Amino acid sequence: MKFHFEVIVRLKEGLLDPQGKAIEDALPHMGWTNVSRVRVGKHIELDVEAGDEAAARTQVEEIADKLLANPVIEDVRVVEAIRS
Amino acid sequence: MTERRPRVGVITFPGSLDDRDALRAVRYLGGEGVPMWHGDSQLPDVDAVLLPGGFSYGDYLRTGAIARFSPVMDAVREFAERGAPVIGVCNGFQILCEAGLLPGALIRNASLRFVCRFVHLRVESEASALTAGLAPGEVLQMPVKHGEGQFVAEPADLERIEGEGLVVFRYCGPDGIASDEHNPNGATNAIAGLRNDRGNVVGLMPHPEHAVDPDVGPIGGQPLFASLFEQALERVG
Repeated sequence: MKFHFEVIVRLKEGLLDPQGKAIEDALPHMGWTNVSRVRVGKHIELDVEAGDEAAARTQVEEIADKLLANPVIEDVRVVEAIRS
Repeated sequence: MTERRPRVGVITFPGSLDDRDALRAVRYLGGEGVPMWHGDSQLPDVDAVLLPGGFSYGDYLRTGAIARFSPVMDAVREFAERGAPVIGVCNGFQILCEAGLLPGALIRNASLRFVCRFVHLRVESEASALTAGLAPGEVLQMPVKHGEGQFVAEPADLERIEGEGLVVFRYCGPDGIASDEHNPNGATNAIAGLRNDRGNVVGLMPHPEHAVDPDVGPIGGQPLFASLFEQALERVG
């Protein structure tokens, strides 16, 4: 069976997020002066062929920890998703 | 009897830029430059390995994140575990951090800008493959060119790095004094380069290979290659 997952990678709190800052700095120029703490992360989608959902999830979590995120600077979360 | 010249392997990853300059610097200074390929699973006969600068795998995902899983990296890890010199410059430093051969990580410059300029480095430790024979406090000049060179580490790692003297180079002014003005990327504690516990694995953001020929600029890279050659041959001898 094929299982679809989404993986969300976020920079750890307290680490400078240059993309978030650039967006945040642009907003007042557009008239939005009440926005703060803009953070940009990564959204990764993948399909896994596996016997059951638990096995698929375990594998995706391993992929997330080993490759998709660097634990020194990032937090990662695996989200089960239904492909439409 | 002919004197053995130190054989320094330079790995080319897809997207490496400074591999040729690194090979040229090695040859210019009297070593033997050995081109290596990321897809090789065995190392050729080399006394030291250098991971050059560039943008391996387009910096996709994170700088160095994909290169660290190249076939050659298992062999590099074994080589490092034997105590042989492994040097990472710029993207090479990023790869060594991603591979866990050095602590911490390199993130986007605090200025949000790519920096390309000459910097001064203060030698902090002589207990490394790049700085044996140099005195702490010595100041060297060479260029940086990177968008993601801000060194960061988790508090416990940072404490260990500083406590155990793993910092090899700090950004400083020409007088050797570190200040924000002379820190090109906002690196924590102005850290420009560091070593592992044994000192045989060293990573740095500045480019010693671009600073060896007096005809084209500062030569702060020369003593680092001299140290590397000596360390490499010592292990062979």
